Amino acid sequence: MTALVQNLGHSVIGFVERTGRSLIFLMTALAGIPASLRKPYLITAQLYSVGVLSMQIIVISGLTVGMVLGLQMYNTLTDFGAEESLGPVVALSLVRELGPVLSALLFSGRAGSALTAEIGLMKATEQLSVMEMMAVDPIRRVIVPRLLAGVLSVPLLAAIFSAVGILGSYFIGVSLLGVDAGAFWSQMTAKVDFHADILNGFVKSLVFGVVATWIAVFEGYDSVPTTAGVSRATTRTVVHTAFAVLGLDFVLTALMFGEV
Amino acid sequence: MQNRRAIEIWVGVFVIAGMAALFMLAMKVSNIAAFTGDSGYIVTARFDNIGGLKVRSQVSMAGVRVGRVADIAFDSQTYEAVVTMRIDPQYDKLPKDTSARILTSGVLGENYVGLEAGAKNSYLKNGDEIKITQSALVLENLIGQFLVNQAQQNRGSSK
Repeated sequence: MTALVQNLGHSVIGFVERTGRSLIFLMTALAGIPASLRKPYLITAQLYSVGVLSMQIIVISGLTVGMVLGLQMYNTLTDFGAEESLGPVVALSLVRELGPVLSALLFSGRAGSALTAEIGLMKATEQLSVMEMMAVDPIRRVIVPRLLAGVLSVPLLAAIFSAVGILGSYFIGVSLLGVDAGAFWSQMTAKVDFHADILNGFVKSLVFGVVATWIAVFEGYDSVPTTAGVSRATTRTVVHTAFAVLGLDFVLTALMFGEV
Repeated sequence: MQNRRAIEIWVGVFVIAGMAALFMLAMKVSNIAAFTGDSGYIVTARFDNIGGLKVRSQVSMAGVRVGRVADIAFDSQTYEAVVTMRIDPQYDKLPKDTSARILTSGVLGENYVGLEAGAKNSYLKNGDEIKITQSALVLENLIGQFLVNQAQQNRGSSK
């Protein structure tokens, strides 16, 4: 019995410790942003590996998700004679939910895990300690450019996801299933609001970007510097990002769209 | 340095693609092109029952959208709903005796405010109230009425 209670206490203390460490880590990284901005090529290189290389999976997923949404929604909407609502249904679900959430999840699988593994291996092979010995701050040199690149990339990727998804559903709905093209776009513009939907979706993806990249770089920086430790940290990145993004998505949705 | 140049070009492509996607979402998908903001003038109307009317519902005249519902309040003195509407500034020639009805688009569609022009020569201004209103049709009331009528008819025929 006492062992059970002790276990609980141990894990709670561990959790609080980790959360505190990750917050301190984030603060240190934020403090390093001005210094890091003076070396923009570091950020560009990270934008390439984090953003550009994620574009392929984002475009393909966005296209297929949009096409599937168009197909499924058409089958249901046609029962009510409301095929023209295909545009708003697809646009709203993509812009509000699927775009930000799915691109954050894909981002953590494609780029977040890579960030964790890279930083974890840098730590395991003592590259980070060597940097410190050469009076190079590893947080400013390694962490901040990756953090900034991730935070910048996720909203852009989410926007690409939504836009490509809408084009995919347009292709299925209008070109293949015969929904009227004019009704598709005009109903969409009538129902989708710039502030309530597009901007809120953008804010969502920005929050997810911060969370996903923060978890990725922190797990790498905080990993046990062994082969097994790095592999565990990489797994944790993907799992924790999924939990955090899905949980935050519910909270943000309740805050943003709860009254509508 | 060829490598860095290629990387920079690709990052540029990425950022342009993201911005283009955002631009498309803003202009083509959302209503920002038809966005009127806070311009226009305010008109209120009192209804006994507004049904499913919501803030941001359409206000239309002859089927054309002329404004939106800005606020819905309840008057605890008269037990009426006070609907505040914002009419777009280009529609400033609505007669004073315009009447407002709460209508439903389609069979199961959403409620909106339908305005019908009156005949007066003076026009509605900011802060005016529309006096002639008609409430929303509530389905339950209609069914109730129908049942009462049926029952009365049956009694009449059985006599």
